[in-house]
Amino acid sequence: MRIDATGMDFQTLNRKLRQADTEYQISGCCGQRFIAAGMDRKRIAIDGIPGNALGAYLNGATIAVHGNAQDAVGDTMNAGAILIYGNTGDAAGYAMRGGKIYIKGNAGYRAGIHMKEYQEKVPVMIIGGTAGSFLGEYQAGGRILVLNLLESGRNIAGNFPCTGMHGGKVFFRGKAEGIAFPRHVCVREATPDDLEPVKKDLAEYCRLFHYDCAAVLHAPFTVVTPDSKNPYKQLYVAN
Amino acid sequence: MDTMEGRVRIPSGCAIAAVISRGGEKMTGETIIEAMKPMHDRSNGLGGGFAAYGIYPEYKEFYAFHLFFDGRATRKSCEQFLKERFEIVRSEILPTRKIPAITDEPVIWRYFLSPLRSVLASLQLDEKEFVARVVMQINTGMPGAYVFSSGKNMGAFKAVGFPEDVGAFYRLEEYEGYSWTAHGRYPTNTPGWWGGAHPFTLLDYSVVHNGEISSYDANRRFIEMFGYQCTLQTDTEVITYLMDYLLRRQKLSLQEAANVIAAPFWSTISSKPMGEERERLQYLRTVFPSLLITGPFSIVFGFNGGLMALNDRLKLRSMVTGEKGDRFFIASEEAAIRAMEPDAQNIQAPAGGEAVVVTVKDGAF
Repeated sequence: MRIDATGMDFQTLNRKLRQADTEYQISGCCGQRFIAAGMDRKRIAIDGIPGNALGAYLNGATIAVHGNAQDAVGDTMNAGAILIYGNTGDAAGYAMRGGKIYIKGNAGYRAGIHMKEYQEKVPVMIIGGTAGSFLGEYQAGGRILVLNLLESGRNIAGNFPCTGMHGGKVFFRGKAEGIAFPRHVCVREATPDDLEPVKKDLAEYCRLFHYDCAAVLHAPFTVVTPDSKNPYKQLYVAN
Repeated sequence: MDTMEGRVRIPSGCAIAAVISRGGEKMTGETIIEAMKPMHDRSNGLGGGFAAYGIYPEYKEFYAFHLFFDGRATRKSCEQFLKERFEIVRSEILPTRKIPAITDEPVIWRYFLSPLRSVLASLQLDEKEFVARVVMQINTGMPGAYVFSSGKNMGAFKAVGFPEDVGAFYRLEEYEGYSWTAHGRYPTNTPGWWGGAHPFTLLDYSVVHNGEISSYDANRRFIEMFGYQCTLQTDTEVITYLMDYLLRRQKLSLQEAANVIAAPFWSTISSKPMGEERERLQYLRTVFPSLLITGPFSIVFGFNGGLMALNDRLKLRSMVTGEKGDRFFIASEEAAIRAMEPDAQNIQAPAGGEAVVVTVKDGAF
């Protein structure tokens, strides 16, 4: 089903998406919020700029954005996939607990803030370009990959990455030089064993965005994990 | 529908937008009103407003005062007060349009003023300081009268309502400016009223702001030592006065003022290589510690000849910029920029604390 969203308010647009069709093509999108919130099974392609909280609480649907996305993409999503062919705003994957977010371009501030995982639910976010400050802030689980494939000359991440991290993994393609990490995380070169669990996702990412996966992998990767020997004890109070 | 307070959630956050022509080309208010439409849900109808630069070319030598009055008597006594201090070159009712969405409007007048030389000489004040003091005197000492715009060749237009309705109410399609800013309000700490809508202005400075600053009282206590009186308990008023103090009184550059109010963390400063830049940042943080603004904010600061966009150093609010031809766009959301210019290029999100200054080329305004 095709939907021309020009001038349409977000409630009307979301009502249309809840009809029986499983394939939707939205054109003329300009800032409508909460698109596809909580949806399962459907496939939604968007031309234009979706508004904040795209795919919030997503529960299995697939969303493809042929342009940039705004803030809080995939807020608390549980399952499904969000593909962004441009850049995202701030707080992409906020408190994400499952599913995938693949971003071709750059991510804004706080990508992957408070991602989490439980048993088979392991969310994955792959950022093709660079990430803003506070990448993976308070990360509790899941995997974040930043690839820096766009050769923008910018640092692969901004200031204060992995602040408050206490679970999950962040991978950087390359050596993450010039990035200051907090003392509560371990930063080391990734081994083949580290990369094994994300290879399938990376292959899918490369297929979608037309990269040669072998070439992408033909580089050292850096992995960041919380330092279990240096936990956050007594960070706030003595107890 | 259950509309009891606390049982209905209105998903919101203020909205800001701005557009400037670097070549100084004029545009009507219709462009900026378009920007506010996709961001409608960021406001809740309790405040909207606009600042426009270059709109009074025939009166560009005079201070353009826009005032709210609660009635005729207040206006008469305020006019008497103004007459003792200014030559009133022109005075008129600010043109508005009756629309159902905007109600309970105060009496709104516009004056073009030239300070009396004799008064300036006897007070030994420079002209801008004198005008700023008059604005403070009216706003704090004259109940029922409120100056909401006081710069040359610029004007603020604000009301209780959604921004697109406020734009229609003030007939902004009839004004032509080279630079416009806009605000849609979702008041969090104060009841929404006409004077409390954004932009806040002093002289030609204007601020539209999305945020919730936590240093309000620290900033207010400091700035009140220098004769500024914060009457409204709103963040944006204090930001306007901080900027006036830093730029007009301390003669800082825009970049320096941005480094004061959104100073980098000490850890960020100490990670910079030894040299002038690091010393400059250290100096500004040391000299003006009370003017650091903490908590989330994104602002567009307007002045004669340009705009500055600035986020708090943690970037707790969104802000996007774009360009097309000689026009530069700033907004809380990319959708707002696309509403003004679908083909906007070079969409960027400035980093926290990174001031983006756009000026009109020399002599074009």
